[in-house]
Amino acid sequence: MVTPKAPTSNQSEIPCIGTMNLGLTIRGSTLLNDISIQVTTPGVTMILGPNGAGKSLLIKCLHGLIAPTRGRFEIGLHQRGKTIPQAMVFQKPVLLRRSVIDNLQFADRHSHQREALERALEAVSLLEKKDQPATQLSGGEQQRLSLARALITKPKLLFLDEPTASLDPASVLIIEQLIKQASQQGVKSVFISHDIGQAKRLGSDVIFLNRGQVIEHTDAATFFTNPHSREAKAYLDGEIVL
Amino acid sequence: MPDSAFLEAFGLIATANADLYEILWLSVQVSITALLISVFLGFPIGTTLAILDFRGKNLCTTLLNALMGLPPVVVGLLVYLALSRSGPFGVLGLLYTPTAMVIAQVVLITPIIAALTYQVMDDLHREYRELFLSLNIQLPKAISTYLWDARYSLITTVLAGFGRAISEVGAVMIVGGNIDHLTRVMTTAIALETSKGELAIALALGVVLLTLALIVNGLVTAVRTRARKYGYT
Repeated sequence: MVTPKAPTSNQSEIPCIGTMNLGLTIRGSTLLNDISIQVTTPGVTMILGPNGAGKSLLIKCLHGLIAPTRGRFEIGLHQRGKTIPQAMVFQKPVLLRRSVIDNLQFADRHSHQREALERALEAVSLLEKKDQPATQLSGGEQQRLSLARALITKPKLLFLDEPTASLDPASVLIIEQLIKQASQQGVKSVFISHDIGQAKRLGSDVIFLNRGQVIEHTDAATFFTNPHSREAKAYLDGEIVL
Repeated sequence: MPDSAFLEAFGLIATANADLYEILWLSVQVSITALLISVFLGFPIGTTLAILDFRGKNLCTTLLNALMGLPPVVVGLLVYLALSRSGPFGVLGLLYTPTAMVIAQVVLITPIIAALTYQVMDDLHREYRELFLSLNIQLPKAISTYLWDARYSLITTVLAGFGRAISEVGAVMIVGGNIDHLTRVMTTAIALETSKGELAIALALGVVLLTLALIVNGLVTAVRTRARKYGYT
């Protein structure tokens, strides 16, 4: 088996992702098949595709939550051997049964002062609710807290699994602004979305998946103006892709 | 039922009848001791089963759930056989002592505490597992988080265990022998006094037992209400 070469980016602090024939089979079903990608660009890599395409499974594999059954992947920086701090925001926010600020503190590996935690909450417009039980926040607030919690760990690589699905526009705006801000600070994001408008607003490149396979991986401008695959064209035209 | 028995029963309670309070105190002592030991055993068993994946896990959980329904008299009989002179622990001379009653109650309520802990922890583990992996949370911190976040459910579990222990009769009757001033607890005393026709003391003990049950259930409700109010369920 060939070990994927960790790609190198032109910006030494931007994490790069390389996979080689990555596959996942569970109970005889092939859910991911021969995924070979090289993500070297900074900014936000959007993962698009219909339901059941394997988008969530792919980022869970890359984040280390699921072990792939075939192939290899590597996430690298220029400084080889250095552990790359990663974080993930899940589609359904998972919050501890404690206050908003305690949820942040729980994930805080860098022992921030309380003021720093409060600033992080302010960035997601949750400072006023810092002492409220986190599970009593609205869906949008919970997801904003999840993002703040992910960012407080100072990740270099951030995976986001449909973080804005069925959220109010205000929450979507805050989340998108924070992702852009993080990108400017050198955080690489891999973002799953079903919202084509959002993909256009955020994406620097797009990976289009269907039936567990990478159909297309190209820069965002090309993907949205001139998609090469029939499936991607159909998806962008709003047709049902099976 | 004669009204005078009721009046006499309340009189016994109101005048702090020494025999009645001796029985009450021993009951509480035995049940609390058994409960503490069961919590000490049941929390780690339930938590370990919930968090760790291993071969035979399903068998263990099935067994644990089955043990929740152990018939008290069978437990009493088994503990009796183990502690009797000819039994493996006969040399300890524990039969017909409060210690024997504690042992029987521990055998009865540990599976209840462990099984309920497992259910609580399993739900929490399913919810938090990926987050903890993502945040690289190590096992000791994960366990302490589970215990803290499940605190209201675990308090309910402990209260359920206490309720089961304090109201137990069959097993403690067999291994304790219901000896006056030594192993007589509320439930065994009620059974004996009723059979003797001494309804006043039986009723007084019944009232106390019922009050205890109400207090425990009230606490369970209060804990649940608080947990719901603060979004901790």
